[in-house]
Amino acid sequence: MNVSNVATAPARAVNYAPRVFDLAATPLRELNLALHQIADAADEPAWEVVNPKGSHAVAAGVDKPVAVEVRGSVGYYCGGMNDGGEITVHGSAGPGVGENMMSGKIVVKGDASQYAGATGRGGLLVIEGNASSRCGISMKGIDIVVRGNVGHMSAFMAQSGNLVVLGDAGDALGDSIYEAKLFVRGSVKSLGADCIKKKMHPKHLARLQAILDRAGITDVKPEEFTRYGSARTLYNFNIDNADAY
Amino acid sequence: MCGIVGLFLKDKSLEPQLGALLSEMLVLLTDRGPDSAGIAIYGGAKEGRAKITIQSPSPARDFPKLAVELEKEIGARPTVTVKSTHAVVEVPADKVGEAREVILALRPDVRIMGSGEAVEIYKEVGLPEAVAKRFDLSAMTGTHGIGHTRMATESAVTTMGAHPFSTGPDQCLVHNGSLSNHNNLRRELKREGMSFETENDTEVAAAYLSSKIAHGQNLGEALESGLKDLDGFYTFVVGTKNGFGVLRDPIACKPAVLAETDRYVAFGSEYRALANLPGIEDAKVWEPEPSTVYFWEH
Repeated sequence: MNVSNVATAPARAVNYAPRVFDLAATPLRELNLALHQIADAADEPAWEVVNPKGSHAVAAGVDKPVAVEVRGSVGYYCGGMNDGGEITVHGSAGPGVGENMMSGKIVVKGDASQYAGATGRGGLLVIEGNASSRCGISMKGIDIVVRGNVGHMSAFMAQSGNLVVLGDAGDALGDSIYEAKLFVRGSVKSLGADCIKKKMHPKHLARLQAILDRAGITDVKPEEFTRYGSARTLYNFNIDNADAY
Repeated sequence: MCGIVGLFLKDKSLEPQLGALLSEMLVLLTDRGPDSAGIAIYGGAKEGRAKITIQSPSPARDFPKLAVELEKEIGARPTVTVKSTHAVVEVPADKVGEAREVILALRPDVRIMGSGEAVEIYKEVGLPEAVAKRFDLSAMTGTHGIGHTRMATESAVTTMGAHPFSTGPDQCLVHNGSLSNHNNLRRELKREGMSFETENDTEVAAAYLSSKIAHGQNLGEALESGLKDLDGFYTFVVGTKNGFGVLRDPIACKPAVLAETDRYVAFGSEYRALANLPGIEDAKVWEPEPSTVYFWEH
């Protein structure tokens, strides 16, 4: 006869109901402190924030794989430094959403203001509306998917990672770009210095398909995009330019 | 930093609430600019009458007998409505120019904030909430207004360094940003005969617009000229007798959010300022494009 002691092990106390923070009644710091004090994400996996009303730094510095649903629009730096959290903004985001994200996922159901995903090192940022200027500035490994358009100077000095734009890009896309890859489905108003159109090879189509899959986008095909990247002419000092300095 | 708000009402039934809505918007942006605050509010225009808003460091000395003394000089009875350090002097419209000169001659410490048929301008140093309370902004009514909370970066925290700055009859300007060529422009404008109260860059932008308008441009054209001549960072909001306008510089790093419903058009440096407006959940909310002049008029 097999005897198991599994049934006698104490059941783990898991709080499946989300922990709700009403920012009309609770200071933002209490929310962020509670998020920073999570010991084990499995114990309290679901969080909800109501009445954000444009607050700054909502759910900044999350470093556990928890889900945070934000019901409304947020201000500066929502989800900044995110490392593993899955943050959804059911509204629009102010400047610097997902700034310096390390890993995890941020979804903005509305629009994002300037420098979305700036300096991001990893993870996935999905903007279902439009992103304004400087989207992905100095990105360093993050993947950014924008369903709408991106504004001027997007991917400025972008170092690595992928910026995927289903709509159009504004002026000076990819100015002074390093090795980030840019995929734009619509028009590009103008390219920045050292950013050029590049050929889509099968490995790029596969890479783009994988990002679209992760972003849950099924209604467009990788073949509809144009790839842009660095011409690599600014990497080394060119003596012919000496007179310019 | 600095915070800007603007509210242009389409629905007349909101007019009694204009001051209350605008002052709440202003207070919500306190941490963008806790040094000083100001508001330009448009309303109460009367046929053939004009308003001059004045400010005095000694209101108890300067305001009480002003109406009587002014009447002797201009031959018409003004009304003087005192609000803390400011007073609104109402005179016949054809006497505005004369009245402005006489007020400055009679009261050397008084500064003119602006004048026009509809505009009243109030500004002071202090937290936006304190400034709003001082002038009882929340009780004011009107058709539209703009406001500013200042975090001074390039000139002193003084009443005259606060925004809005008048650019002409019923016109004023608020600014978030900093201009880098204001000293040179100020010298050029001084050569044209314009005078300045402060070392403030926004005052130069206001004088620049006034000068362009004096040379025959309309406000929209003057703002377009500014794109060429004003070097630096700016989100400008301008108030006019019938409406308000928005212009961002080509780089557009100073924030700006617009919201529009059937009842109003609202501007805020951040969405926060708009979050409590009636019906904001269903408003069209967007960021104004760089180098693009936006205008709403009645």
